Amino acid sequence: MQFFAWCMVAAGIGMGLGSFGTGIGQGLAVKSAVEGVARNPGASGKIMTIMLIGLAMIESLAIYVFVVAMIILFANPFTAQVMQLATK
Amino acid sequence: MIHPYLFLKSLSEQLHVGEHVLYTWFVMLLLIVVALLVKSSIQTVPGGLQNFFEPVIAGIEGMIEETMGPHGRAYFPLIATIAFFILTSNLIALIPGFYPPTANLNTNAAMALTVFVMTHAIGLKEHGLAYLKHFCGPVPWLAPLIIPIELVGHLARPLSLTLRLFGNMYGHEIVLMIFFTLVPVLVPLPMMVMGVMVAFIQAFVFMLLAMIYIAGALEEAH
Repeated sequence: MQFFAWCMVAAGIGMGLGSFGTGIGQGLAVKSAVEGVARNPGASGKIMTIMLIGLAMIESLAIYVFVVAMIILFANPFTAQVMQLATK
Repeated sequence: MIHPYLFLKSLSEQLHVGEHVLYTWFVMLLLIVVALLVKSSIQTVPGGLQNFFEPVIAGIEGMIEETMGPHGRAYFPLIATIAFFILTSNLIALIPGFYPPTANLNTNAAMALTVFVMTHAIGLKEHGLAYLKHFCGPVPWLAPLIIPIELVGHLARPLSLTLRLFGNMYGHEIVLMIFFTLVPVLVPLPMMVMGVMVAFIQAFVFMLLAMIYIAGALEEAH
């Protein structure tokens, strides 16, 4: 049963690490976009579009971690094997 | 697991199709009915629904012209349909009893693969066999290095399109459900407001990326 406890730990820590890097990356992107708009408010429409695409790209890193965490928690491929070993 | 109550649940059990398929049909029906309603009452002086849809359509058209050039107008139906479908399916997630089809991997994979296949079909149609030059890089002797990189890059596109939309919608559903089980009153509301934002942004991003991919296939190889 220790296996499942470690699964929870792995999903939680993985999600935390994933969002950590993603947060820093998105913060940098938004910082540059805000600076750009502050210098040239006329270009805000274009900057907004490019920033949104960039943010979505960066965000997909956290999303991949989320999908892996969900696989670990709800669709773990090793569950049957572990249960078999545990009943022995 | 996600939704305690779905109003099409019994129908889905009778027909032996998944909930996401049924709700996809529902969204399709909704979009078709609205489209027919707008089409039947087109006037020179717009009013009602037409007033709402004209700027939306014009906005998408302008964005296509900006990213893809005048050639891109031929692909307006594909891109606008995808955008409307994703937006509607994301937004019905906020109504109780509705399941967003985009919170299922299969719906998203279908749309991402459509975009992927269309990209290469358009490239082959526009350039013929010269389309293969897109994959070879600028210098001939670099081709053996560039081709594997380009192949992996192109194969990663449908994967990232699928997982981005799926992760966002499914993650939002799970967060909402967890909040509902913790405190059912008022606490999930900020999350739902964020859900509206996520729905718009994800539909926009999917549409924009589809446009950029198709524009990449339309341009000449460098």
